[in-house]
Amino acid sequence: MGKTKVRKMLFILSKATIENVYAAFIMANGARMEGIESEIFFTFFGLEAIQKKKLEHLRVATVGNPAMHIPTMLGGLPGMEALATKMMKKEMEKLDMPPVGEFLEILSGSGCRLWACKLAVDMFHLKKDDLIDEVEDIITIGDFYARADQENTHLLFI
Amino acid sequence: MQKTLAQVKVNVNEEGYLTDFNQWTKEIGAEIAKEQEVEMTDKNWKVIDYIHDKFRKEEALSIRGIKKSGVINIKEFYKLFPGGPLKKATMIAGIPKPKSPI
Repeated sequence: MGKTKVRKMLFILSKATIENVYAAFIMANGARMEGIESEIFFTFFGLEAIQKKKLEHLRVATVGNPAMHIPTMLGGLPGMEALATKMMKKEMEKLDMPPVGEFLEILSGSGCRLWACKLAVDMFHLKKDDLIDEVEDIITIGDFYARADQENTHLLFI
Repeated sequence: MQKTLAQVKVNVNEEGYLTDFNQWTKEIGAEIAKEQEVEMTDKNWKVIDYIHDKFRKEEALSIRGIKKSGVINIKEFYKLFPGGPLKKATMIAGIPKPKSPI
């Protein structure tokens, strides 16, 4: 088991739908499990995943999502999103996937560093207090690029 | 593949995981730990005991399971087994690499 050539994985999470949030979390956590450093920069709607009041209420998108295999019109009916989300969460629990809040604790404990985007925080009129304690700081994209300015570093936009 | 660890011939796969847990001894575990640059303290061995317990009960291992174990928290786990704790700890424990991505 040699040391990995990839040293650091950086993620920009810009969306709040459950599948995108979990994609970022699983990849960031997976990196840590392989001994690779990881960091997540939460911007725009991605900020919902680190807001104390919102993080447990993320949903699956049922409209405009062909993989749902239901007509778009039905996807827009009241309660559809909640239903699809409930079903997905049940399936994830079966695979022992933690809920968003617990997942963030795991990430933070593993050494994955969490950052909030300053521009988006200002735009949504948020304060540091609205965000979970595990978020290290509110920084700019320039600051985040500086963190990426190393050899063997990858940056992904989700 | 065969490999000699602590003066005993054992069967391992390409990644270095023991393929037969019955061949495992604490000395072999200690030698794998040395190869993986993991310094084994009492706390490390406690984690190995926990992993063995889960293995005997045929329960899957995951980082989430470690968090709930009460044996150790995640931060300590990463500190005790630097550079990929679950894969290193299971290798030292002589059991297969866990399949869970979390």
